[in-house]
Amino acid sequence: MNNLITFTEKGLYCEKGDFFIDPWKAVDKAIITHGHSDHAYFGHKYYLCHTDTKPILQLRLGENNYQTLQWNEPIYFNSVKVSLHPAGHIIGSSQIRAECNGEVWVVSGDYKIEDDGLSGKFEPVKCNTFITESTFGLPIYKWKPQQEIYDNIINWINKNKENGKASMLLAYSLGKAQRVLQAIKETTQTIYAHGAIFNMQQMLIDAGWNIARVVRVTPETPKELLRGAVVIAPPSADGTTWMKKFTPYSVGVCSGWMQVRGNARRRNVDAGFALSDHADWDGLLQTVRATGAERIYVTHGFQSAFSRYCNEKQIAIAEEVKTQYGNEEEELTEELPKNKNETII
Amino acid sequence: MTIGNLNIITTDDNAGNEEDIPGLELFAQLVSELSSSTKTNDKLQSLTDYFAIAPDNDKVWVIAIFSGRRPRRTVSSRLMREWCAEITNYPSWLFDECYSTVGDLAETLALLLPETKKEERVNKSLSHYLKTFISVEKQDESVRKIFIIESWNEMNRDERFVFNKLITGSFRIGVSQKTIVNALAKTIELSPSVIAHRISGSWDPSTTSFNGLLSEAASLTDFSKPYPFYLAYALEEEPENLGDPHEWQVEWKWDGIRGQMIKRNNELFVWSRGEELMTDKFPEYYILKDLLPDGIVLDGEIIPAVDGKPLPFSVLQTRIGRKNIGKKQLVDAPISFFAYDLLECNFDDWRHKTLTERRKKLEEVILPIKIPAIKISEIINFTSWKELSEIRNKSREMNSEGVMLKRKISDYKVGRKRGDWWKWKIDPLTIDCVMIYAQKGSGRRSNLYTDYTFAVKDGDHLVAFTKAYSGLTDKEFAQVDNFVKRNSIEKFGPVRTVKPELVFEIAFEGIAASNRHKSGVALRFPRMNRWRHDKTVDEINTLDDLKQMLSVYGK
Repeated sequence: MNNLITFTEKGLYCEKGDFFIDPWKAVDKAIITHGHSDHAYFGHKYYLCHTDTKPILQLRLGENNYQTLQWNEPIYFNSVKVSLHPAGHIIGSSQIRAECNGEVWVVSGDYKIEDDGLSGKFEPVKCNTFITESTFGLPIYKWKPQQEIYDNIINWINKNKENGKASMLLAYSLGKAQRVLQAIKETTQTIYAHGAIFNMQQMLIDAGWNIARVVRVTPETPKELLRGAVVIAPPSADGTTWMKKFTPYSVGVCSGWMQVRGNARRRNVDAGFALSDHADWDGLLQTVRATGAERIYVTHGFQSAFSRYCNEKQIAIAEEVKTQYGNEEEELTEELPKNKNETII
Repeated sequence: MTIGNLNIITTDDNAGNEEDIPGLELFAQLVSELSSSTKTNDKLQSLTDYFAIAPDNDKVWVIAIFSGRRPRRTVSSRLMREWCAEITNYPSWLFDECYSTVGDLAETLALLLPETKKEERVNKSLSHYLKTFISVEKQDESVRKIFIIESWNEMNRDERFVFNKLITGSFRIGVSQKTIVNALAKTIELSPSVIAHRISGSWDPSTTSFNGLLSEAASLTDFSKPYPFYLAYALEEEPENLGDPHEWQVEWKWDGIRGQMIKRNNELFVWSRGEELMTDKFPEYYILKDLLPDGIVLDGEIIPAVDGKPLPFSVLQTRIGRKNIGKKQLVDAPISFFAYDLLECNFDDWRHKTLTERRKKLEEVILPIKIPAIKISEIINFTSWKELSEIRNKSREMNSEGVMLKRKISDYKVGRKRGDWWKWKIDPLTIDCVMIYAQKGSGRRSNLYTDYTFAVKDGDHLVAFTKAYSGLTDKEFAQVDNFVKRNSIEKFGPVRTVKPELVFEIAFEGIAASNRHKSGVALRFPRMNRWRHDKTVDEINTLDDLKQMLSVYGK
């Protein structure tokens, strides 16, 4: 049987419709689930994405041949009917549904179940075959309700204020930052931001989003203003001289990886908040069941454990697949020094 | 009740409302603050805050736990896993997968168990759980199971984590005894050295009250109590900077177990530096109960030796873990005590006297006792630092790790202090080798490949000869982790076989023959000294090189 979507070395490919989904090498036609850099690569001749994803791609990849769709709005590639459905991961993030001769495949991209108020509420889509991520596909990953985590973040900020320390929140500039900013915008008059986050936030505001405004920290920003301030920065700012300006400060990381103590300790953070934009273990299982898929392919994350569990519990016939996704919320590990012969799987 | 005033005696009886205080929750919060803070001052603050509000009975346990007096493990990790599987219904391979990612059993269990509903949470004290735990120790497995499962059902995730840590006996936290002592000194108005002395020795947290532990009377009745050890820093500069050589007393730095030998009220006690009472492990010392004068405390090295000549540390290892010492161990690994200091004489504390005075007295006490079980640590005579440097180069022949420099006019201090005592160790032995296996670490290294096995060349083959876990920076560990994830050849359980490509220089303190290792050698204190980016796997050392080292250094 010919599969509607196959796994090629350029990425997920639909031969009948002659398009790729989130390819990591340059192709003619690419459908993009969302704007994170491990899914939206540079160099394709044609991009199809959700309306809300386009400004993000423009910011990150510049001008290209973009076509946009609303959720649930069908488009045909040859005989293949394609539509986008909310994935709840970040602004504009979509699952890709492809249908041909009554057979339906859905590519999840990255997704989360809980509604963050910005990304659109995740909808499971009925299908025969579901291609799912598995970033947090182990039962140790079970998220607390977001309100509880937001309360913890706010308590932490208040405690820092009492101790005269700045609160340095580390969160990915696209997705997590907007979510955290929405949650904490009431706690303080001014929220300061690293340039990377400022740019992203400003672009989204320009695109019409009603989200928290932030003040960019520049070399000219007087130090006195920053005493005890609330600051948001991307994880890559951690440990750089940029942070010195805020001394004394306390560092809080917002990431699903903070669920495990060792990760927080290794990164020497003062506080870890297990706030994730991915589905947790229960969320993944619940989704697989809700799609009604008889077959699933499990990509980036704990794919072997999650697929084995699905097979053993007869939730679906599951197979693991290697892709190049998953570097976005992966802990930032260092690259090897240059002169080595790198072998990348 | 004022904690700061010891004249107000508080007994267990009038601390009756302790069950209302969320003792375990406070403790879990303390542990999580201590493990996430990296600065000693923050840790001190957390502990001080804790001691100010925690129930007295819990404080006693916290002092006990942080000074290594954990309850003996009474529930095996196998049983805990089984009970967790029963509750969660997860297959055991999935548990293993989680365990390998988390790197800590107690935390894995805490994360896998279903979250306790808010209305089912119960506030109980740390001492309640530990006392109950000890009371069910001797009971049937089913009783212990009920206790543990019911306890889990009352706790939140953080509380379960510390509880699991305690009952599996794997509780370890990065707080020095010094920090505990200083935090206590802020709560009760006693000097740190008095507190350090009082919380050392053998006492049982389940029968000791907070005020009982820290009262004058309590320390008078315990004859076993050792003094806190004085520890030396490593000498990192040239000894010339220490001034006139004649102001210094120099001895070999022995490679055994630092210990205190105490005789009081005609009883003998031997303590290790880890404050473990080890008297029973060394029958060789029993006779000293009759030979040493009463009211004496000696500082020295517990070390295997024949005719006053020390044997390698590996010899001591053959008997250290054993509960019962048989004839074979006594013959193969005879233990001696190399005395180098005298802390108490005739029940008087001598620590404030000068080293020269203490040494003179030590010689008076030890030299007349002519048996192999005790020996005085010889003083090395030298006239210039240059001469000493040459003598130090012969350390390995003496089975010693270098030399100790002690200022003659110094008193005996508490803990690690700079200035008067220095250890001047010899450079380690080194060998270049290639990494062949990697395993994920635990604690702050969980989900990161940090535990490596290394090999040397033997013709066309690679022979594994040691593991090492330390010596790289966090950044280097992240780079190696990245390499491992991209260059795995095979996976056996948690172990990954990796492409033999990364070359490291391993440093170690000693080498001994071993029939438990394929390579035939066992190293002492192996660690990664350098990542040799400049070398390829063709340029590493060979098994013959190792054997050569064994014949030179491994007697």
